[in-house]
Amino acid sequence: MRLSHKSATLLVLIPLIVLAPIFFPSSFYYRVGSLIFINGLAVTGMVILIGYAGQISLGHAGFAGIGAYSCALMPVHWGIPPVLAAVLGAAISAVLAWLVGRPILRLKGYYLAVATLGFGILVYMVLTNETWLTGGPDGMTVTDSGLRDLAESVGIDLKNSQFWYWLCAIVLVVGVWLALNLQDSPTGRALRAVHGSEVAARTVGVDVAKYKLQAFVISAVYASAAGSMVALQNEFVTPDVAGYMHSIEWVTMTVLGGAGSVLGAIFGAVILTTLPQVLTAFAEYEQLLLGLIMMLVMIFMRDGLLPSIMKRIRGKDE
Amino acid sequence: MSELLQFLFSGLTVGAVYALVALGFTIIYNASDVVNFAQGEFVMLGGMITVFTYAAGLPLPLAALVAIVATAAIGVALNKLAIEPARGAPVVSLIIITIGASIFLRGVAQVLFGKQIHRFPSFSGDAPFRIGGATILPQSLWVIAGGIAVFFALYLFFTRTLTGKAVLATSNNRLAAQLVGINTNWVMTLSFALSAGIGALAGVLITPITNTSYDVGIALALKGFAAAMLGGMGNPKGALVGGILLGIIEAMTAGYLSSQYKDAAAFVIILLVLFVMPQGLFGAKQTERV
Amino acid sequence: MTLRNLMMTAATCSMAAMPALADINIGASISETGPAAFLGDPEAKTLRMEVEKINAEGGINGEQINLIMYDDGGDANKARTFATRLVEDDEVVAVIGGTTTGTTMAMVPVYEDAEVPFISLAGAVEIIEPVNEWVFKTPHTDRMACEKIFEDMKAQGFSKIGMISGSDGFGKSMQAQCKGVAESSGVEIVADEVYGPQDADMTPQLTNIKGSGAEAILNSGMGQGPAVVTRNHTQLAIEAPLYQSHGVASKQFIELAGTEAAEGVRLPAAALLVADQLGDDNPQKPVVQGYRDAYEEETGEDVSTFGGHAFDALYILKAAIETAGSTEPAAIRDAIEQTAGFVGTAGEVNYSAEDHLGLTLDAFEMLEIKGGEWTIVE
Repeated sequence: MRLSHKSATLLVLIPLIVLAPIFFPSSFYYRVGSLIFINGLAVTGMVILIGYAGQISLGHAGFAGIGAYSCALMPVHWGIPPVLAAVLGAAISAVLAWLVGRPILRLKGYYLAVATLGFGILVYMVLTNETWLTGGPDGMTVTDSGLRDLAESVGIDLKNSQFWYWLCAIVLVVGVWLALNLQDSPTGRALRAVHGSEVAARTVGVDVAKYKLQAFVISAVYASAAGSMVALQNEFVTPDVAGYMHSIEWVTMTVLGGAGSVLGAIFGAVILTTLPQVLTAFAEYEQLLLGLIMMLVMIFMRDGLLPSIMKRIRGKDE
Repeated sequence: MSELLQFLFSGLTVGAVYALVALGFTIIYNASDVVNFAQGEFVMLGGMITVFTYAAGLPLPLAALVAIVATAAIGVALNKLAIEPARGAPVVSLIIITIGASIFLRGVAQVLFGKQIHRFPSFSGDAPFRIGGATILPQSLWVIAGGIAVFFALYLFFTRTLTGKAVLATSNNRLAAQLVGINTNWVMTLSFALSAGIGALAGVLITPITNTSYDVGIALALKGFAAAMLGGMGNPKGALVGGILLGIIEAMTAGYLSSQYKDAAAFVIILLVLFVMPQGLFGAKQTERV
Repeated sequence: MTLRNLMMTAATCSMAAMPALADINIGASISETGPAAFLGDPEAKTLRMEVEKINAEGGINGEQINLIMYDDGGDANKARTFATRLVEDDEVVAVIGGTTTGTTMAMVPVYEDAEVPFISLAGAVEIIEPVNEWVFKTPHTDRMACEKIFEDMKAQGFSKIGMISGSDGFGKSMQAQCKGVAESSGVEIVADEVYGPQDADMTPQLTNIKGSGAEAILNSGMGQGPAVVTRNHTQLAIEAPLYQSHGVASKQFIELAGTEAAEGVRLPAAALLVADQLGDDNPQKPVVQGYRDAYEEETGEDVSTFGGHAFDALYILKAAIETAGSTEPAAIRDAIEQTAGFVGTAGEVNYSAEDHLGLTLDAFEMLEIKGGEWTIVE
């Protein structure tokens, strides 16, 4: 019996998350794990945008910035609990993505890339310049979300990094599950049609603009949630979270791992999140090696790492 | 009045820097439809290699020439080692390759040249010209002249030379170009050499104004890319006008509105222009082949 | 599968870096690359060089220092990760670093939680106000630099000040501090402009300052921006004198700005830049000369006060470990807090339970560039 794509993905993902800690030599690895899950969440959104709908964005860190600073600002100014602030931040991101997406998504290719880049930079600039509100480039403290205390009160007593490992894991799994459901829905099929050929999709009556916008809004919510998770975990946030390098990083993770599937993109997040930690042993050559690896993977495994590896494994079986 | 003129001079100086970077994007894009995100690193290499060859005792013009030739060679190597083997890969993969190349080149420069900020002297001294109460540095005129010269050279290259037309033909339809006997591999090699060379030239011209270090490439590539898109990708006219326009918008915003938000103003205007003209100011309208 | 392999690789790497048991593990998270590399690079070089020197001379209390240093690239989230790694994985007894205020503040909760002493190399006053039991810092605060500059401006008879600041963390932080103390220092800020750290031309901002009636101009910024501002200041022939911040504190600045343009520029800086001009009775003289000569010989680059901050942090830590006679983080912390009369590159440091900065305004010298050289303003 062949497993559905959805169950297969979750059947790979969940055991890996649960079993990985067995091999952790210290609780620092939980921290790396939680970062992988946060990036994984963001790239799951990117798969919906890049992989399903075939659109590019170099500005999604802007939405992460909105998510992160919602958690930082709302509790201080309006007394809203940080967790609720994260939800509100996602809502703001969605509305903003809807407003910005309508005109932007008429653009194609590099024009779309530069427009989204511009959007991300605008968010970053506001966070950097409005020092009175955001603390400027030096950042601001985020109120303790109280989640860990809550867990403790119901008897789950974990170290900080362990707690965030499991919380981020749960959020990731939920995010992935939703994305997989979307893929199997009529919207998912419409998006794939758009990806294949916009003109063809339009001729068979698909409302191309609507579906592209939907993908953009959903991916913005994922990015916003990722930003909120960073802010809540670190209890400190700087405008870097919205920097365009992070947008580019997410696109790179997605494409490097394999934009066609959630699992591929998450694999990309695993690689690019752990690589800098592994490369600290060669500190001076870190950048050089990182660039080299990106080029080599894309030259020799152009569908992305995971699909290429799978193909090789399958190829041997047959 | 003298204020307006000063802002304009500032805008022209900065705009010419952007235009030179944007012009570098044009050729590779025309030959391969790839926006080369390592273009900023070519600019950095032009400046840095000149700094070190000049410090080693070469006269400035010779040092600059060495830098341009060396960077062109690096451009060719990039094409042969990374772009050619990836032939046929989707555009987004090619973007990642060029971003990888940019990180790689930056990493190499960091190891070889260190992280210090460098500069070499202006070509014609630092005594500013005074015009109508405003001032402009001789080196700014060098940069502006350089931008215009590269523009005309490219314009003539693409419209008057067989090779230039071959580049455009390759971009339009690689297979058809091959069928009419164009050596598309050679066209690609040439494009990378030229783009890298122009980038390096930009680095040589702007370093006395902007200073240089191993990581100046990112910011330059970003602004150059934005300028090129504003003008319309692939068109030398678009690169020149887009660059100058971007510089002037920034200077006017800094002068009259808010220096905090000058970069923001530039991107807002790019967004507005793209909403009205989705192919930039001078970009060719493209229809999707089905 | 591969996730696990990677984790294993990561584990082996850090195992390989693991020292023999008797060593003292000292951690550092520095912004060697990224926007603050101009500050972080000399800090990292200084730490490597001085640790090697201390070890060659027999280490601390007979034990070798094992320096575990990471490059956070100026990114707060990365710094936070490295802080966790230093504490959880490398089991360091003390940490130096946080090149920027952002990375410092992101790391503080980790060290506070793990009860590991932390000596920051960043400028902002928030780091030590309110005092955090585990957090110290070595550089002067931005606020002190502002006060020193305003004091000199007042003495020159200037009361209307134009400010131009870099939009990076360093520039913005100092801009905010200077605006905060302007009134109490008796100066009025009549123009307030900003530029991007890698901008090519600042003449529009300076033109506006020129038109604002400012009697003196203060540029808070670091890296290449201040060099461009200085050249543009000369280009526009602005009469109001230009003051730079402590962010340009290396000889390289004069080369980048050009000797002519830099003529007459004033700034507050530590004695390190004018080591040879200090009086022979100045206790700082042998310290700063020794460090400067060693640094310039080792790296072939001009010494900067940023490297000096790292130098001070390392030697304060060394002295504290010697005094404590122990490598227990809590004992080291207590000994750091009792640091008194420590003569470093930034001045004389006297920490106390209420003061984790330990420097006074006297530690700053007012310098002026004359003929391409720093000179002390009398």
